[in-house]
Amino acid sequence: MVKRHGIRETTGDRIFMAVIYAVLAVVLVVLLYPLLHILAASFSSSQAVIQGKVTVFPVEPTLLAYKTLFENKLIYVGFGNTFFYTIVGTILQVSLTILLAYPLSRKEFVGRTFLMMAIVLTMFFEGGLIPTYLIVRDLGILDTRWALIIPKALFVWQVLISVTFFKTTIPEEIYESAQLDGCSDTGFLRRVVLPLSKPIIAVLVLMYAVANWNSYFDALIYLQSSDLFPLQLVLRNILVMNETAHLSPAVVYQMRKLQGLSDLLKYALIVVSSVPILVFYPFVQKHFVKGMMIGSLKG
Amino acid sequence: MRITLRKKEERGHLKTAAVDASAQAVPRAVKARKNWRLVRKHWQFYLLVLPPVLYIVIFKYLPIVGMQMAFREYNVRDGMWGSKWVGLHYFVSFFNSPLFWNIFGNTIEISVATLIFTFPAPIILALILNEVRDGFFKRFSQTVTLAPHFISVVVMAGMIILFLDPRNGLLPQVLGWFGVPSSNYLASPAGFKFVYALSEVWQHAGYASIIYLAALAGINPELYEAAKMDGASRWKKVLHIDIPGIALVITILLILQIGELTAVGFEKILLLQNPINQPGSEVIATYVYKVGLVSANYSFGTAIGIFNSVINFILLFAVNGIARRVSGNSLW
Repeated sequence: MVKRHGIRETTGDRIFMAVIYAVLAVVLVVLLYPLLHILAASFSSSQAVIQGKVTVFPVEPTLLAYKTLFENKLIYVGFGNTFFYTIVGTILQVSLTILLAYPLSRKEFVGRTFLMMAIVLTMFFEGGLIPTYLIVRDLGILDTRWALIIPKALFVWQVLISVTFFKTTIPEEIYESAQLDGCSDTGFLRRVVLPLSKPIIAVLVLMYAVANWNSYFDALIYLQSSDLFPLQLVLRNILVMNETAHLSPAVVYQMRKLQGLSDLLKYALIVVSSVPILVFYPFVQKHFVKGMMIGSLKG
Repeated sequence: MRITLRKKEERGHLKTAAVDASAQAVPRAVKARKNWRLVRKHWQFYLLVLPPVLYIVIFKYLPIVGMQMAFREYNVRDGMWGSKWVGLHYFVSFFNSPLFWNIFGNTIEISVATLIFTFPAPIILALILNEVRDGFFKRFSQTVTLAPHFISVVVMAGMIILFLDPRNGLLPQVLGWFGVPSSNYLASPAGFKFVYALSEVWQHAGYASIIYLAALAGINPELYEAAKMDGASRWKKVLHIDIPGIALVITILLILQIGELTAVGFEKILLLQNPINQPGSEVIATYVYKVGLVSANYSFGTAIGIFNSVINFILLFAVNGIARRVSGNSLW
């Protein structure tokens, strides 16, 4: 405290920064090592995997796992279904979110306080698993593609983010002058709000799309026909339930031939199913961060 | 605002109470008429919110009303609205079931372990990232810490199972380098909560740190200037500016997280369960799924679900009260 070096750092500060960087380096290694290990294992030979020889470099590199994987129909069906659920689901979710959030952001909308409270309440009060399941069943959409789309057509948290966004970014003057020009509310939404809302739409699309891509539990309870299964449910059966026989009989035969192919296949499956999101994500990371920020503004 | 002004004027003129009441009644009627005019002018708003409101009524509120089936003996013919009323029968049989204390205990243990590990981690991570100079390394660190959040719960469970495999998994391998003997952590009821909690930290700490980073970015820069003038060390700044600066956010998130304590990660627990670790991994939510859906005991499952929500509510209120007393910060 007595020393006044001004700009130059004290020894204490240097040690402090060294500790900060060291801890961060350890954190990064702990996060990256498992990911690189999976990548390496998926390119290694099944012998190397079974003996636990793989670290972060492939041992006896081979593409065997990927070849076997892409030979079976289940993976393609899973990917196809997941694309369908992700695209259709996201479009519906984003549309409904905006339809609800925009009027809620306007003070001319009589009843918005009541509606807002009714919506926020559902975040704390939930009907729970079984009543929801029975309603989905009573609607007659069990074991159809709709069962994975309609019951989660809207997330409350995303509506709240959007309301905050609309409230803070759409200038009041534009609304007033549009009103004077006789612009209707739907016209205003279409011509003014939507073009100004690209950032929030990007955030919504990303949040919903990732949630849709990654979800498995809805499929587990609502679906029976395996040709409707999304990728995550196929993955669950193979990775977790160990139902490797799900992969065609030819694979089972090969498995007997090459013991340990099953583990190898799991590593390759993890890579194949997660790469689309992990490669995509650094490009859109800032939107996610923005979404969290808008959300925290609210709280 | 307008009303208080008018009241002052009236007080000045010594109006009677009766006149006061009518003065209040008039604005209410005016307001109703004004509202009605707004509704007619902005009728399109109601058209826009119709589809989402319909969704919320059917998929959020109908299930809440449907919870009354916990008090009925569900049968397929009469459905969830008309089956025989049995009162608290299913609650009583859950409390008396031999599994009750085991499941209840597991739920609390796993939740508390998760809270202890997952709550401080993002705060520490944010404080560290906040110290790192802007540049490539900082951006790289943020990308890496955030990345695991996007791995699906199924893949995560698959990874945990592969990594913990005592024969050739990654964890026994790494522990081996440090001379720690390998053990099958997924086959241990007592170890389950740590497997669960630590994997949560690994996956979500980076994502959870964003909110703290935002709070840190919002701290008044003048405070740092003043600290610099006083010759405070970096450590002192963290201690006396950063941490107090995000204390409110910390309190709010702590209350919220405790409020959903027993709701944690049921999908992941379900995936990581196996017959050996089940004595330590069966929680209320997985039990609801198994008894309620898989075995189709709809009423019993709903009753247990209600019990779970009630606990969460009690916790939320209790923690909010404690936080208000201790720190003056609370949700309401």
